[in-house]
Amino acid sequence: MTLDRATRLMGRYLLLLFIACIFVFPIIFMIMSSFKPDLQLLQDTSSVRALLPVGDLSLDNYREAFDRAPIGLFIFNSVFITATTLLLSLFLASIAAFAFVFIDWRGKSVVLALVVATYILPFETVAVPLLLLVNNLPWLSAEGITWGWLNSYQVQIIPWIVRALEIFLFVQYFKDLPRDLVEAARVDGATWFQVYRRVVMPLSGPVIATVAILKFLEMYNNQFLWPIMVVQAEDYRPIMVGLQYFFQLNTAWGEIMAYLTIITVPVLIFYLVLQRAFIASIASTGVKG
Amino acid sequence: MGAISLRGINKRFGATHVIKDVNIEIEQGEFCVFVGPSGCGKSTLLRLIAGLEDITSGELRIGDRVVNHLQPKERAVAMVFQSYAIFPHMTVRENIAFGLTIRRESRAEIDRKVSEAARMLRMEDLLDRRPSQLSGGQRQRVAIGRAVVRDPSVFLFDEPLSNLDAALRMSTRQEIAALHAQLKTTMIYVTHDQVEAMTLADKIVVLKEGRVMQIGAPMDLYHNPANLFVAGFLGAPSMNFLPVTVEAQGARTVTVTGDMLGRTEVPHRGRSFAPGQPATLGIRPQYLRPDDSGALRGTVRVSERLGTETVVDVALAQGTRLMAALAEDVILTPGAPVAFGFDGYKAHVFAETP
Repeated sequence: MTLDRATRLMGRYLLLLFIACIFVFPIIFMIMSSFKPDLQLLQDTSSVRALLPVGDLSLDNYREAFDRAPIGLFIFNSVFITATTLLLSLFLASIAAFAFVFIDWRGKSVVLALVVATYILPFETVAVPLLLLVNNLPWLSAEGITWGWLNSYQVQIIPWIVRALEIFLFVQYFKDLPRDLVEAARVDGATWFQVYRRVVMPLSGPVIATVAILKFLEMYNNQFLWPIMVVQAEDYRPIMVGLQYFFQLNTAWGEIMAYLTIITVPVLIFYLVLQRAFIASIASTGVKG
Repeated sequence: MGAISLRGINKRFGATHVIKDVNIEIEQGEFCVFVGPSGCGKSTLLRLIAGLEDITSGELRIGDRVVNHLQPKERAVAMVFQSYAIFPHMTVRENIAFGLTIRRESRAEIDRKVSEAARMLRMEDLLDRRPSQLSGGQRQRVAIGRAVVRDPSVFLFDEPLSNLDAALRMSTRQEIAALHAQLKTTMIYVTHDQVEAMTLADKIVVLKEGRVMQIGAPMDLYHNPANLFVAGFLGAPSMNFLPVTVEAQGARTVTVTGDMLGRTEVPHRGRSFAPGQPATLGIRPQYLRPDDSGALRGTVRVSERLGTETVVDVALAQGTRLMAALAEDVILTPGAPVAFGFDGYKAHVFAETP
């Protein structure tokens, strides 16, 4: 009986360990390889040495990767674009959801349905119209001078700030907040914005974490097609496009591994900090980044 | 400044008409209780006064201002919710100070008012706690404290005691009564509990299905209910109703007969009846007395000894039920035959039939 249970438990752990290995090995391989010269890296791939910090280890790959491409700039661009979009998204999506849930106005259920319906449109369907738009509209225009959208930060930020999903997640969460709290604050003299800032948002930690995680992954990992379309200059290029560019430079494998390690670190840190919220968000929304 | 006047108030939610032509005058400093069964519209009426719902038609005045279109914060009302509605992310102190910080009062002024409210509600030790560390009764006191510090011209209470246990309910009820005696501010209190209504109110408004059934002082309503609903709703146990037929109307009384009653004279209390008209006789359980020669005969179904009185549930001959509240030393066993008499001058007669 106990033996039977122990065997079953061991079987389960072995299975979990196996699955964990499938996910962890590529990351370990990437990190270890980033410290090795190409020749050794290729030799090691046929043995377990590929996963071990052995042989001729150095930071040469990192040095050369940084020499070959402005990786620091790419990282700055990605972090800046992601952080700005994330903060604006949290603010605008939550305040829109607040208006949908707590304030009564004519036609709000129709508008909400329309907003949510836009979620089914994949980016590819709006990519070309959006490109035409940013191509023809001025960003800022004063007498004699016109700034455009192409090759800029704003073209990578503004179209991405609020998507239906974020509004929807906030709406669902706000609906479950006790309405009495909002009404009590109203009777106590709070304006709608004070209710939002002092009562609703402080109680919305879980949904803020969920939206932050989804937005971070969307912006940091998946921004690829759009920047290729609208950013030609190196100055505004995010890391994912930078990676593609880096590949084309006839680079050594070790340097590519170094580049990959550098761009993976922010994701790992973000993940570790928000791990608990991350799991909860996937479990509660069924949405994965 | 805290007088309230509701004139011809109606409220519809889409096609549902929930408040029907309500007229109520509440005087400055009065403790007014809205009472009625669940779904009678009493909470909706309170929310209309608070400004949390729009009035469909009619005129609402607080003091000398028409407030129909004013925001809640412009009405100078404070409200205590059934769920307490205290903010879980704030300490007790921050909760109580909420309305004051919204009004941007000075730090010193806020501290002074919060301490004063805390002293009045005996919760000085709790100020730095979070709501999750408080018991139900303490949370209720925080909610009351939050209302008190704002020094409103009207307090609104929405079933504030219904989440408390029986003992706490009684002590909190007394605290609210003491608070009213001390502040002398107009209070409107919604409850479905007729004991709370009877004990707290200067004026009771009995509501049913969105209509006012009767307005008056507690004892007026108890002794002179205008209709069967009010008669049955106020008083515990409820008034007994027996079907009767009117025989004749005199100067002050009306003579009725019923299957088990013989002829009985009952004060008509200003109502007029036609001979032969079916009517309903109402007798409070407290006014029934065991009497072997009494007209009302039946068998005991259940006898409950409450200590202060014994409440007996009796099945009369045709299956009609009768409740009697007798002296505490009366012992009746289920199945035993009983007979009751009563004083016709303490009974009521209504033209309605249930």
